[in-house]
Amino acid sequence: MPFVTTRTATRKDQHYDVIVVGSGAAGGQTAYTLAMDGVRVLMLEAGRNYDIVAETPMFQTNADAPLRGAATPDKPFGFYDATIDGGWAVPGEPYTNASEADGAKFEWWRARMLGGRTNHWGRIALRNGPYDFKPFTRDGLGFDWPIGYDDLAPYYDKVEMLIGVYGSNEGLENTPDSPPGVLLPSPAARVGERLIGQRAKALGVPVVPIHRAVLTTRLDHTTLPARLHPGNATAQRILAADMQRRAACFWATPCSRGCSIRATYQSPAVHLPPALETGKLDIVCNAMAYEVTLDRAGRANGVRFVDKATGKHELVNARVVVLAASACESVRILLNSKSAQHPQGLANSSGKLGRYVMDTVGSDLGGQVPLLENLPPHNEDGAGGSHVYSPWWLYQQQKKGQLDFARGYHIEMGSGRRLPSLATAAGLEWLTGGSYGRAFKADARRYYGSFVYFQGRGEMIPNEDSYCEIDPVVKDRFGIPVLRFHWRWSDHETRQAAHMQRSFADIIGAMGGRMQDPPEADGRKAIANGGSIIHEVGGAIMGSDRAASVTNGFGQTWDVANLFITDGAVFASNADKNPTLTIMALAWRTADHIVERLRRKEL
Amino acid sequence: MDRRESLQWMLAAAALPSMWGDAMAKPAKPAKARGYGTDPDLVKRHQTGALWPLTMSAARRRTAAALCSVIIPADEQSPGAAELGVHVFIDEWISAPYPSHAKDRALIVQGLAWMDAESQRRFGRPFAEAVQAQQHAICDDICFVPKAAPPFAEAATFFARYRDLTAGGFYTTPQGAKDLRFVGNVASASFDGPPPEVLKIVGVQG
Repeated sequence: MPFVTTRTATRKDQHYDVIVVGSGAAGGQTAYTLAMDGVRVLMLEAGRNYDIVAETPMFQTNADAPLRGAATPDKPFGFYDATIDGGWAVPGEPYTNASEADGAKFEWWRARMLGGRTNHWGRIALRNGPYDFKPFTRDGLGFDWPIGYDDLAPYYDKVEMLIGVYGSNEGLENTPDSPPGVLLPSPAARVGERLIGQRAKALGVPVVPIHRAVLTTRLDHTTLPARLHPGNATAQRILAADMQRRAACFWATPCSRGCSIRATYQSPAVHLPPALETGKLDIVCNAMAYEVTLDRAGRANGVRFVDKATGKHELVNARVVVLAASACESVRILLNSKSAQHPQGLANSSGKLGRYVMDTVGSDLGGQVPLLENLPPHNEDGAGGSHVYSPWWLYQQQKKGQLDFARGYHIEMGSGRRLPSLATAAGLEWLTGGSYGRAFKADARRYYGSFVYFQGRGEMIPNEDSYCEIDPVVKDRFGIPVLRFHWRWSDHETRQAAHMQRSFADIIGAMGGRMQDPPEADGRKAIANGGSIIHEVGGAIMGSDRAASVTNGFGQTWDVANLFITDGAVFASNADKNPTLTIMALAWRTADHIVERLRRKEL
Repeated sequence: MDRRESLQWMLAAAALPSMWGDAMAKPAKPAKARGYGTDPDLVKRHQTGALWPLTMSAARRRTAAALCSVIIPADEQSPGAAELGVHVFIDEWISAPYPSHAKDRALIVQGLAWMDAESQRRFGRPFAEAVQAQQHAICDDICFVPKAAPPFAEAATFFARYRDLTAGGFYTTPQGAKDLRFVGNVASASFDGPPPEVLKIVGVQG
C-alpha cells in the first residue's frame, strides 16, 4: 500500500494510527521510524510525487539546459536544482511581510514535492553541541531547550548510521564527535581547501573535514540494521536490503541536483523506500493540509486538506497527528486550526505559536588567489559539495566577553575547477582590465579555478520581533489564509555578520589573495535577509514551561496530547549548525516516544 | 552658469559622438512568451529556441555573431564563440520571458544597434562588415567601464554584459570546457584529491 489516492486514504475502513504531514527530513524520519515499528502511517505531501531515478539530471552540462542553466524565477537556484514547484515564491501560494524595509523582510523557500527541500539541500549534517541546547544558561540570552545533548546523542548516532554521513572526529569544543564506526571516511581535501586550511590555521581558525550526508563508501548492511533496530527482525531485513540498493558516491555531479544512485540523503532516497517496504505507510501526494481537527474531547482526530487534483476539501482520520510540514507551514496549519475552544489557533494557549522564528545569520565574501592560477588540470568534483569547514573557534573569547556578539558561526568554503557555468568567466574586469579577444581567452584560462569563497553560517538569538502570524486579508489559491512575517535582526547578529566579513578578508589576505571589494564593515549591510539561508526554525518552540512554549521536549503540544511537531518549529534556539540533522534526530526521538505511548495505549 | 553658457553646454552635449540616444529611440518590446514553469523536464536536452521564440532580426543576429567573434575568437586551442552559436544563446537569453532578461533585452538590443551605428559613423559600414582593426577600434573604447570616456559609458556597460554572456555561453559548451581544461563530470571509482605536482606548486601537504 504505497502511494494511494485520496479516495483510498479517506475510506471508512482505514484505521491509521498516525497522520504525518510532510515528507521531508522531519516527515520522512517520523514515518520511517513509525512504519519500521509496525505503526500504520498516512503521509500527506502537498507537492507531487517525485522519482529520483528517472528525474535527476546527473551528468547534464549547462549547455543542455535552457539559458545555460541560469537561475530564473521558475528555478531560483538554477535549472538543474532539484527543487520542483518551489522557491522563494510559489505560484498561487503567497506570503506577506509586515514591512519591506531593509533588515525587516523574511523570505520563505518552499519545495512542493515529495521529499521537500531534502532533494536539493547542501547535505551538511552537523550535530548541535552541548552548549547549543542550553544557551540561556551559558549567556543569559534566548531559551534553554528542555532536553540536552545527552538526550539527543543516541539519535544523532542512529540518524548518521541510517543516512550515511562522512566526516571526522576532531575533539573540538561544542563540536561533538560521533562514536567509533558511525561516520564514513572523509574525502580528500581539494587543493584550494588545503591552502585555506594552511593559511587559516596560522590565524587560529581551524579547518577540518566537514560532515555531509554522502556515502563515500557503501553502508555496512551486515551490522547497521541490527544496531538501528535491535530486536526487530522485519525492520532489519528491510533495511539491510535497502542499504544494498544505495550506491556509493561516484564523485561527479553536484548533490544539489539530487542523486539518482541514492548516494546522498534525500527523504525519497533513504527514508521512504524502506518505510514503504514495510507495508505500513501510505502516501497521498498533492494533498495540501490546512487544519488539524479535534474530537469532542479535544483530542486531535484528523487533518483536513485540499486535494490539488480535484480541488476538493478532504478529511482523513487517525489516532495521532504529527506535523512535519516545515517550521512555518506547521505553524500556519495550527494557526488556521481555529475553533471555539481555540480561537487563537490550536496548541496556542501560551500565545507563543508563530513566535521566535529564527534563521541562520549569513554573510559571504570571495577572493582570487594567484597561487591557484594556471594549475595542472585535475578533477576537483569530489563529493559534490565541500570537504572541509571551520567550526566556530572563539567560544572562550566569547565567554570572557571579548567579542561584541554572543553566539558563534562556522565557515563553509568553496574553491576549485568546477563544472563551467555562466559565472565561470563572468565579471573578470577587475582582474583583466577589460580584456577581450585572444587576451580574454588567456585570462579565462588563467583565472579559472583560482577563486575561493567563504560563507558564514551563524546563530541567531530568538527575539520578540521575529515571528509569523496569519495575514488578515490574503489567502492562497486554495482559499487558505497565508502567513505574514515580521523580522528584526539584533545587534548580536549584525555584529556577527561584520565579524564574518573580517574573518574572510583575513583568510583571503593570508592566502595572498585579493578581493574585488573590501569586506563590508557594516553588519546591517553584510547580513543576508531573514529566511534566505533557508534554515528557518522556531515558531512552536519546545520548553519546560507550558506558559512559555508550544511543545514539551518530545515535540508533544502542551494543549493536545496526541498532536506532535517533528520539524524545525520546535527548535528553542538555532545554533550555527545546519538544522537538518537535528530535525531528523528529534523526529526519530519523538517517533520512538509515540510508538512507546501507542504500545502503552496512552494515545 | 548663465543662460548662454547653459545653452552652449547643451548643444555641446547633443553633438557628442555617442549614438546611444539614437539607438535608444526604438525601445525593445518586451518578449511575450511563457517561461518553462516550475516543473520543467530536467533530464532532456533542451535545444536553444525550443522554449520561446527567438526575437533578433537577421541583421541584429549578424552584429551579435560578429561581436561574439571579437570577444572570443578562434585560436589554437578552441573555436570562436560564434562558431559554437553563442550568439543564438544570447538571442535565447534576451528573448526569455523573465524580468531580469527583459532588462538585458533592453540593454543588448540597444547596444547592438549602437555598435552598428557607431561603425557606420566611423567606417561607413555595419559592425559585422568592418575589418578586425576597425572592430577593435570601437571595442577598445568600450571594453572597460572604469576607463571608458563619458560618451562611451552606456556602450561600455553594454559591452561588459555582452562579454559576460558570450563567455558564459562559450565556456558552458563542451569545447569551452575543454579550453579551460575542465576534466570532471565523469564517474570515478575513487576520489584521490589533488595530484602531487599540484600540491608541490601550491606548497600544501598531501
